Amino acid sequence: MAEMNMVQAINLALREELERDPDVVLLGEDVGRDGGVFRLTEGLYEAFGEERVIDTPLSESAIIGVAIGMAAYGLKPVAEIQFLGFTYGAIEQLFSHAARLRSRSRGQLHCPLVVRTPYGGGVKAPELHEESSEAMFCHMPGLKVVVPGSPWYAKALLQASIRTPDPVLFLEPTRLYRLLREDVPAGDLPVELGKARIARPGDSVTVVAWGSMLEKSLRAAAGFDAEVIDLMTLNPFDAETILASVRRTGRLVVVHEAAQTGGFGAEIAATVAEDAILSLKAPIRRVTGCDVIPPLPLLEDYNVPTAKQIAGAIAEVLAF
Amino acid sequence: MSKKIIASFTVSRLEILDEQGRVDAELMPDLTDPDLVRLYELMLLTRQFDQRALHLQREGRLGTYPSVLGQEASQVGSAYALQKSDWFFPAFRELGVFVTLGYPLAEIYQYWNGDERGLLCPEQLNIFPICIAVGTHIPHAVGAAMAARYRGDPIATACYFGDGGTSKGDFHEGLNMAGVFQAPVVFIIQNNQWAISISRNHQTAAETLAQKAIAYGIPGIQVDGNDVLAVYQATREALQRARSGGGPSLIECDTYRMADHTTADDAARYRDPEEVQRWQRRDPLLRMRRFLADRGLWDDARQQQLETEIDARLDRAVAREEATPPARARDIFAYTWTEMTPRQKRQLQQLRDLRELDHG
Repeated sequence: MAEMNMVQAINLALREELERDPDVVLLGEDVGRDGGVFRLTEGLYEAFGEERVIDTPLSESAIIGVAIGMAAYGLKPVAEIQFLGFTYGAIEQLFSHAARLRSRSRGQLHCPLVVRTPYGGGVKAPELHEESSEAMFCHMPGLKVVVPGSPWYAKALLQASIRTPDPVLFLEPTRLYRLLREDVPAGDLPVELGKARIARPGDSVTVVAWGSMLEKSLRAAAGFDAEVIDLMTLNPFDAETILASVRRTGRLVVVHEAAQTGGFGAEIAATVAEDAILSLKAPIRRVTGCDVIPPLPLLEDYNVPTAKQIAGAIAEVLAF
Repeated sequence: MSKKIIASFTVSRLEILDEQGRVDAELMPDLTDPDLVRLYELMLLTRQFDQRALHLQREGRLGTYPSVLGQEASQVGSAYALQKSDWFFPAFRELGVFVTLGYPLAEIYQYWNGDERGLLCPEQLNIFPICIAVGTHIPHAVGAAMAARYRGDPIATACYFGDGGTSKGDFHEGLNMAGVFQAPVVFIIQNNQWAISISRNHQTAAETLAQKAIAYGIPGIQVDGNDVLAVYQATREALQRARSGGGPSLIECDTYRMADHTTADDAARYRDPEEVQRWQRRDPLLRMRRFLADRGLWDDARQQQLETEIDARLDRAVAREEATPPARARDIFAYTWTEMTPRQKRQLQQLRDLRELDHG
């Protein structure tokens, strides 16, 4: 077993999948010779060649559109878009085609496509490089949305995403790329898409988070008897794990860095309100980014929730 | 320092069969008499299917339908050059291609009647679902072509779209990618002169659509899209080039949409009737029929006999479509993901409880 950061864990997952299955191909701008702008695909071009690790033109809609055609033909493409904000130019491909192909063909065609992309704030990057618009993608049935919160889970979830016959938007929290190190074993790791995990057990309050907010939530939870759930798959999401926890703790804090209005926290809050409202001992609290365009570096700290804010919300619902 | 011409380009147009039914013997494709008759029969089948669909729509027995009237040659001619193993990526007005490839007629009616089961493709064919969003399927054809080459499959992909589709971003991104990777794909523009009410001249300032290929470093040609022989020949050459490693091609079929955009449209609001009359003289069926008659391959009796046979076939297809048991509520859930989610299962149960949608 080797200690790895998330970049290395993702690279290992890609390498193992390329070795395991000749149908797996990578494509995207700079994924080949350059090894990706974050070095996620480093060494893969040399190991697997230009037919498996394909450097494409700067062309987001075609990267995803071509990958859809490859997937329909039977390959398992893993497309990289350099930043989530750059997928906006290719949303038509994701929404109108990747998400719908199986339905439109009545199950005859599948779209085993993974679109990998860094997302989220806290890294002082230019505009469109720190988007956290996951809720928008979660509103499109047919598209799975997966967000790892640690190196081990990044490898496990990426393997599972590549092997699922459905299209997956795989959101990699940029802030975590090199922040955490963890033992990441070789070989298959057991996770299932659509399942959440209890990252930290506790009895008096449930905290639901994903991506880079998981790390902050775990830090915030340290002083409390708080249960922290790593949602991991946002669509379809594991309502049962959340409901079971809330029924036990009676309190819920949802944390995300995306804007509050229409954010995925609203979906979780609504689910708990519908199915477990009588278990609640306090109002549900959301700790989220503001309803603003993700700010440029000098002001971004105002927007991304901090561990202190999360701890404050936990204390507040406990004191209610 | 200097200023000089560093590149110059030409655009070709191919015409083989003229409006009087005469052909240029030197350009004639290598087709047998039965092939020539078959091309005409497929065009007539397309036209009669189309007319029947319009009648059904007016009777409330079909949903919104896009007529293909006038484009029979550009569709049948190009599709006749395809092999069954090739992949076909349609837009939404490619009836003639479906018919030529042998797609079940009842299922075509079924799709336009609002039943997605009509998109269930027979096993021996490789047809992508109809694409309603204009031009966005272009990259898919490129991706499938790249995948086929990666697998070593000796096939090509054929992607159809209209003049409007060439204005879309995915046209550029798809053709650019195809050129860069020399993908075995043939792009077939159905330039029917109108994208709903926007004429070809308002779609682009370029003189031809064929010349757009130049920018991507791939061969492009304009053909008389109402000349089934020219369309066949150009497509055959492009497919051979694709299959032999010569990369992608672009074919502009210069044709005309004789009907409204769809049954929800009224082309009289934006189109000069004289223009329509001018194109009527270039009817693709008429000129092929004249050619076949001159060669002793066709006469009025055969015409009448075939029309009657096709009508009977369409009767059977419509009857089959209308006798199909209704789709079930479960079908809208079953294909969203590979497996139904717990929430979907609950929603389906709620639907069943509320309305007895399931007849199966």
